[in-house]
Parts: sequence; C-alpha cells; structure tokens
Amino acid sequence: MNPYRTIQSRIIGISKDAELEWTFRVETSLKPCPGQFFQLSLPTIGEAPISVSGFGDGWVDFTIRRVGNLTNAIHGLKSGDSIFIRGPYGKGFPLDKFTGTHLVIAAGGSGLAPVKPLISKYFDNQSELKGLDILLGFKNPGSVIFPDEIKKWKKKFNVVVTVDRGDNLWKGKTGLITERVKEMNLPEDGNVNVVVVGPPAMMKFTAAEFVLRKIPQERIWVSFERLMSCGIGKCGHCKIDYHYVCLDGPVMNYSMAARLID
Amino acid sequence: MSGHLFTYDSMDKFLSALAADSSIYAPVLLAGRGRFSDTPLVRYGRVSRAKDICWIHKSYLSPKELLFPPRETLFYFTPGRMEEAPLGDDKRRTVLFLRACDINGIHRLDRIFLENGGIEDSYYRRRREKLVFFLIECSESFENCFCVSMGANMTDDFAAAFRFEEERILAKCASYEYDPLFAKFADSAKYEPNFVEENAVKVRLPEIKEMPLELYSHKIWDEYNTRCIACGRCNTSCVTCSCFSISDIFYDENKNCGERRRVWDGCHLDGFTDMAGGHRFREKNGQRMRFKAFHKVYDFKKRFGENMCVGCGRCDDVCPEYISFSNCINKLAREIRGDSGKNT
Repeated sequence: MNPYRTIQSRIIGISKDAELEWTFRVETSLKPCPGQFFQLSLPTIGEAPISVSGFGDGWVDFTIRRVGNLTNAIHGLKSGDSIFIRGPYGKGFPLDKFTGTHLVIAAGGSGLAPVKPLISKYFDNQSELKGLDILLGFKNPGSVIFPDEIKKWKKKFNVVVTVDRGDNLWKGKTGLITERVKEMNLPEDGNVNVVVVGPPAMMKFTAAEFVLRKIPQERIWVSFERLMSCGIGKCGHCKIDYHYVCLDGPVMNYSMAARLID
Repeated sequence: MSGHLFTYDSMDKFLSALAADSSIYAPVLLAGRGRFSDTPLVRYGRVSRAKDICWIHKSYLSPKELLFPPRETLFYFTPGRMEEAPLGDDKRRTVLFLRACDINGIHRLDRIFLENGGIEDSYYRRRREKLVFFLIECSESFENCFCVSMGANMTDDFAAAFRFEEERILAKCASYEYDPLFAKFADSAKYEPNFVEENAVKVRLPEIKEMPLELYSHKIWDEYNTRCIACGRCNTSCVTCSCFSISDIFYDENKNCGERRRVWDGCHLDGFTDMAGGHRFREKNGQRMRFKAFHKVYDFKKRFGENMCVGCGRCDDVCPEYISFSNCINKLAREIRGDSGKNT
C-alpha cells in the first residue's frame, strides 16, 4: 500500500471566517479525532499538513490561512472543486483523560482551528465535563475567527475573548491571553485539564502561566505545528529530540513538550 | 571447504552470469571527478567487470542512493489522474557490493522507512526487497573511520563476502541460492571474511538516558556557528541520513501535467524547518550541528535502541570546512563526563 496516495475529494462548502482564514468543508467518509490533521494537496502545486477544524457525518472542515503557494491556490477554489487528501494523522486530544474533569481551553489566533472540534464535541455532550472555560486571544478584532461559533459557545460555557490591540468598536477584553490566565477562576479541587494551542511563543508563556497557577504539567496539553512533508514519520522535518510531531503529536502532554528543544 | 577463489577473469564470468537477472552496483572510480584537480571520485555505479569494482578507496557517497535516490518521482499527474511512479526493471534484483558499516547503515534506514510510526514507505520497500548484499571486506580502516566505536564494523547480513586483492578475489557464499553460481565459476579455497577491529579514530559515546538540558545550548556548539557553512554535504554523504522534502512540479509544455517528487533534504540546510508564515527553528549552524549530533548518537537510540551513526566517517571526508564529527562526539562525551579540561 502506498501511504502517500491521496483521495480526490470534493469541496462542499467554503466559509470566509476572517480575511486570511477560510474554512473548506470537504466531503469524505474518513473520521478524524479532535486534534488530528490531514495532508491536503493540489497536484502540480504541493502538499501541506492542515489540522481538522471540524467534522461530522461525511465531511471534514479545514480552516486554512492564506500564507503560501498551496494555501493561496486553495483559496482560489470553489465549492464543487476537487482537493486531494490523505490522513487523518497524528495523536489527537486525550478525550478519555478529560472525561469528568474541568477543562480549560486557551487558544491563540488560528490555534483555535484545531481545538474547535474539541469545543464542538463538548457543546453537544456537555455532561462529559464538569465544566469548560474558553480563553481566546487574537491580534486584533479583524482577526477573530469563528465569531458565530463563539457567540454560540457563550450560551453554554464561560468564553473570554481578548485582543492584543482593540479598536473603537471593540467591547471585549484587551491584552495578552496570559493576563486572562492570571485573573481567571480555577476550580480548587485540582480536577482540571488545560489545553493550550497557538503560536510557539503564546503556548510557551501561556503554559508557564498555568504552571504558576499550580496546574501540574501532566494536566496541560499543547498542540505543535511543524513543517512536514510526509505526516508518517519518514521525512524528518518535524522531529524534535526523539519525538516526531506527526507521530507522537501534534497533541502532546506538556510534561514531555516542555522538555523538547528544537 | 568454506570459501571460494576467483581470478579476475573467472569473477567476470561470475558477474556476467549474475547479471542475467540482477543489476550489479559497486563503488566505481570516476577519474578526474574528485574535489581537487586530477583526483578521482568514488561513488556507486553499475558494474559488469570485476576490475570496475573500486575496493581500494572508501566511496565518497554512500550506497543509500540505490534505496533512496536523491530525487525520486512519487506520482505522475495528468489532468484528473494521479498515478504512482513505476519502478523500471521490476523483476531484476539489485546486487550491491558494500562494506560492513554501510550494511549496518541500511539497517538504520530500515528503522525509519519501514518501522517508524508503523507505516512502511512503499517506495523504499520496493527497492529494499530487491537488494542483495555482497560484502566487501575492509582489509584495513580508512581515514576518518570509527566504525568499531559505533559497533558497526561487523555484520552477518550478507549473501556473499569478498576479499579483493590485486591478482585474485577470495569469497564466501552465505546463501544457498548462490552456491551453484560460486561452484560453477570459482575454485575452492579457505576463506572467512575479516572485520576491522581497530580504527585510528575512536569515539566515546554519551551513554546517558537523559541529555542534560544545559548541553542543548552549551558553548561546544558555538564554533560550528562560524565553521559550518550549512552546505549539507555531511547529510548527503551520510548513509543513515534519511530526511527528504516532497514538492510538486509542472511541465513547461503543459502546466496541467507534472510530478510529485521527493528530494534529499538535511538538517544542516537552510529552510529545513521553515513553516508557512515565516516561523523557523535552529537558525544558527551550531544548533543544527547539535541537532544532528544528538540524533546520530543519542536520540535515535532512545527511540530505536541503537545508535544511528555507523562511524563511516564520510561526513568528515566531505566537509569543506574540515569539521570532524568524531571530534564533536568526543567533545560532547567529555562534557557529559565532566572532564572537558583533559585532552583524551
């Protein structure tokens, strides 16, 4: 079996979440877990790892930021066009460990995309958790992705949205997500898990802030993003120490991730 | 009698019989193609005559290119279709003359391409299963070799072993399948392959379970910030370096047609960690040296139970800046043992 073989799949919907981030709904019977990724490609243009930002019966969503050749070309596609996929790959969030605990999800920028399926899962199955707090950080009001979902989530969960720099119309919080970690209420019984996903610097400082708030490293989970060519532990690009982000991640426990040095 | 004796003439007849269903590759000497003027280059090539097999020098490039070509097409694209690139000569075997370190090196490649993550790389697999190892005995250690320290000086994974001498070739057949061919073309003789038991270059390995964090940013890596020029020759010459990048190309004549290819990549090269959006890791060449060194003698072992480096010394042979990897390992080991002030 050729593990690099892709499946030609149909785009069945496109939503323009922000100026640079659009979500493409792709028709497929493949079933990912929250936190996993696929390799997406367009023949003659290229292939890249893209995390799953949502999934349901017969479809998977990919939220794609327009930053390079391939993502530019994908943004040029229309509903009904083909895209080539293989996957799902990697380790997702440890859902069994989250069951029955209080969950805090801190996401920065497009880091919200890979945790969105996790939030959706608990939105539909609220009783699996003792509680869910969501902290979301964005650069500015224009870069807030999934505003409709955020509004929906607020009906069931405590959702705090903060932007680095606000504008005249911004009514939410302003400042880094680490500030929100400092001031948030955490359950005192210690039955908490924390998910931190975002750019490298955001993950580093946010996870450190949770450690200062007495959350043990073993209860913090992060998701790494690295260059990858293969997604199956061969190409070597995503190797950090003796781990491969594509195999041992992208979701990793912070007790391990904190020790990893690129 | 456990061995065989060939003359160069009888070996030619043996090779030509072998060539009926096999392609034969060995180190060959390319006159005038070396790094300096009027020097030869030794690299792997197809051979048909015994005298073409260059056994007196170490090859500049490793035999990994026969399993993992520098550039390999994975798929061909035509409008609406994506077809797996076929492997030409599908039924022929590949007989490969190589040294013990390289056989051990190919076992390291197997770890990545066939084992890691539990998924086999089908492109590697289809070349690997056609491969037959013919060991070239090393009569002595070459410059920069440290295979003994790495435990890669010996192997029993070969179909046949050969000792090349000026006038004759001694051989041992270790595979029933090839017995008739040896019996037909060679005389009987007493022969068991020897293995190099001592190299001039020796390394002490960092035998520790957890690398101390301070060694990741230690000053021993600083000299490579300026000495290393990130040319990646150490990566391309290494038999165990297996990294690659996949990219698509289209044809000038028809932009809807093209290929998905993989090409060798290396942790010393610029762009190896560049992500879309501009983020990158290990910008300094010293950090890349640290990353490679830890992979070769520490973290590969943590994952697979054996060190990646086989001590062939090619990285030292090819480095335009005369960086010695064995020196680097010894420096690292000295820091770990805490006796960095001493010269041994």
